[in-house]
Amino acid sequence: MNYFKIIFLGGLLTMFSCNNNTEKKTETLADNTVAKVSENSIISENDKISDLSIYNLPSQWTSQDGNTIKMEDLKGKVLAMVMIYTSCKAACPRLVADMRNIEKQIPEDKKDDVEYVFVSIDPKTDTPERLKAFAKENKMEDEKWLFLRGTKEDTREFAAVLAVNYKQISPMDFSHSNIISVFNQKGEMVNQQEGLGVDNKETVQTIIDLAR
Amino acid sequence: MGFLAIASVAMAQNQEMTLVKKGKYTPLYGRDSVQVKVMSFLLDTIPVTKGKFLEFVKKNPKWQKSQVKTIFADDHYLSDWKDDTHLNPEAKQNEPVTNVSWFVAKDYCKCQGKRLPTIDEWEYAAMADKTTPDARKKESYNQYILDWYERPKIPHQQVGSTFKNYWGVYDLHGLVWEWTADFNSVMITSESRSGGQNKNLFCSAAAVGATDLMNYAAFMRYAFRSSVRGNYDVNNLGFRCAKDIKN
Repeated sequence: MNYFKIIFLGGLLTMFSCNNNTEKKTETLADNTVAKVSENSIISENDKISDLSIYNLPSQWTSQDGNTIKMEDLKGKVLAMVMIYTSCKAACPRLVADMRNIEKQIPEDKKDDVEYVFVSIDPKTDTPERLKAFAKENKMEDEKWLFLRGTKEDTREFAAVLAVNYKQISPMDFSHSNIISVFNQKGEMVNQQEGLGVDNKETVQTIIDLAR
Repeated sequence: MGFLAIASVAMAQNQEMTLVKKGKYTPLYGRDSVQVKVMSFLLDTIPVTKGKFLEFVKKNPKWQKSQVKTIFADDHYLSDWKDDTHLNPEAKQNEPVTNVSWFVAKDYCKCQGKRLPTIDEWEYAAMADKTTPDARKKESYNQYILDWYERPKIPHQQVGSTFKNYWGVYDLHGLVWEWTADFNSVMITSESRSGGQNKNLFCSAAAVGATDLMNYAAFMRYAFRSSVRGNYDVNNLGFRCAKDIKN
């Protein structure tokens, strides 16, 4: 009997969650209208979100300052992104050093166009307070250093977008790939460097070429 | 009786699920190579079919192949379909859907009030043969799986055409490979097997190693999972959904 109840509830849920479709349809319609309107103005091309952009992600994130942001809010900046966790003793401090090293090599007049984003793979431990403290410890309190935490599911999804793999291997430790990804102002991935303390020439050059 | 009637209507709309009871197992790559506890969960008895997936994309145009965003599905997405809302003429409704990305699989399950199974859940359910929950020590079980891995994909093979396992689940081996929720938690490089030189790739890399080298079949699955990306669409990769048990 319980078994049937589960199925029945499942049925209800389905009807509920799939009924969003009518809503989605109107959304699409609304989008089209917007597109049509903007075709008439000059901004159209720059305003469209491309198929490859991380701005397509609907997930919401909390920053070290407790602000809620979506990836789309970072629009217009060149992004250097990495996934870490603050209690990590081995690879992450080196990844943080790599990011700092990259930042140092960007010319003064281009520095404002770049945002350095750290996404936590351990959202349970890495509360905004913790991220804030981590930023302070690492002297990354300037606006260009952004530390984000999301839900477990959204973090897994974001890792899939970045092709970063990670796994919790004990209550305190994660295995994870060490990848720094660069995104252009449209949110499209243009470069990835993998490994620790690797030659970052290409990453730096990519950022310099993109930044204005 | 009235309730049962309603329940069966709901069943007609939904994929039947079966209960996989909790237990422990030692995965190929585990947390410090120890036993992992798997809680009881519900699992679809068959993989998602082309027919069911067609219904889904009709209701969710953003997942039709001309509409889908590249970041969520590459250009092999539903590449064996005639167009947005039609299967190939030779294709059957009851074939497992393949050429689908992890993103769409995840959304499909969410839309059914379900989710993708985790690697641990999938592997745990898939240890079973017809009669026992853990058949991994049986030579016949491993041979069956490896024979399938070596065989080219049989076109238009239908769901439910392989054996029904101990839990009542069909097709975990012998039909298509399947997406899992945390497919990107697999960390395989050469050092997973040899404890080799490439340690600077991962934090705590040495802690992750093969605990059961004999289990070559499982190794193949983990290697496959580590080789795909979330927006890949592969012609022998489908999925099924799972669900938590709520009291």
